Amino acid sequence: MAQEFWRWKEYNWHDENIQPNGAAITGGVDVGSVSSQAVLLVNGQLYAYSSTRTGSDSPNSSKKAMDWALEGTGLKLEDVKFIVGTGYGRVNVPFANRAITEIACHARGGNFMYGPTVRTILDMGGQDCKAIHCDPVGKVTNFLMNDKCAAGTGRGMEVFADLLSVPIEEIGELSFQVEEEPPPVSSTCVVFAKSEASGLLRKGWPKNKVIAAYCNAMAHRVVTLLERIGVEKDFAITGGIGKNIGVVQRIERELGVTALKAKYDPQIAGALGAALFAKALLEKGK
Amino acid sequence: MKANYGYLDGSGQYFITIDTDHCTTCPHHGCVTGCPKGLFEIIVDDYDDCVSQVNEAARKKVKYECAACKPMANRPPLPCMAACTPGAITHSW
Ligand code: SF4
Ligand code: SF4
Repeated sequence: MAQEFWRWKEYNWHDENIQPNGAAITGGVDVGSVSSQAVLLVNGQLYAYSSTRTGSDSPNSSKKAMDWALEGTGLKLEDVKFIVGTGYGRVNVPFANRAITEIACHARGGNFMYGPTVRTILDMGGQDCKAIHCDPVGKVTNFLMNDKCAAGTGRGMEVFADLLSVPIEEIGELSFQVEEEPPPVSSTCVVFAKSEASGLLRKGWPKNKVIAAYCNAMAHRVVTLLERIGVEKDFAITGGIGKNIGVVQRIERELGVTALKAKYDPQIAGALGAALFAKALLEKGK
Repeated sequence: MKANYGYLDGSGQYFITIDTDHCTTCPHHGCVTGCPKGLFEIIVDDYDDCVSQVNEAARKKVKYECAACKPMANRPPLPCMAACTPGAITHSW
């Protein structure tokens, strides 16, 4: 089988030092267009999570993510007292008690991951980009979302990884292995950027230079989006692209602001926020 | 909360902003009937507040949906903004 350069690693994790028996367990499931995550909290503490690829239907993808988060914990789905679904597939999570938008969940999850000083969260998701302002408790005060095109999104980066035959996890590092920073590719649309990149390769540009130009374009695109609501410090980036230093460092450079470093995988922020909402709703008896 | 609905593309930025803090005490929800294209709907948001939002189907085409209300010259007040007496609605273009 041909190598799939876009394919990122699916994984799960749980904290062996936490004993979940008898505790209040809540969960969050984020069914995104490209990836799905599930998070379990034990008395509000992060206990387990998983990150998987979203399949062709949301109910199965949510189940796969939750089953994988539960794996090895000794817990069953029935042990999770309240579950919130989020992401574009949130209304199709069959075992969720409530659906909450990914905007609210990313703000809440970002607040947990980065602390109460975070005021601006940029979520670079699979097929959309969200700029969010939140208050010290992680409540949204201002947001905008761009899901009209895949530029600046995980899916856009996957398309690019395949085009250049470069494993997606290596793109960030490679983008800095250039003699000088090239100008951004001029197209912001993934389809046009793809043909523009092919043209640059044919012209003899080294792969790393094309990657740098694409990361630069992606960074510039989301900065334009962020400028619409403004960047209040502290600033953080969530979502899969939050792990791509080629894009993150270029965003930081263009904004003149350093993003906070995450204590956990920034891709779980939505599911984590959903699990925190689940905890609050369980306590409220809703 | 300021909720921005719309998009940014190669031709510009097209966002309708609703300051939903005004919606929670709004006596009439005038945006719903005031917009001839029916772009607004009242929902219960994630914080259990009753607020207005731009419906999902319209969000990716607001530039075109609103075109009739925005002639190039002699633009009249936008019906949505006129109907929203608390002043919660603004447009970016
Ligand atoms: S009329 Fe204005 S304040 Fe009232 S619900 Fe609509 S947008 Fe909100
Ligand atoms: S400009 Fe016209 S179509 Fe657009 S939201 Fe306002 S009233 Fe509706």
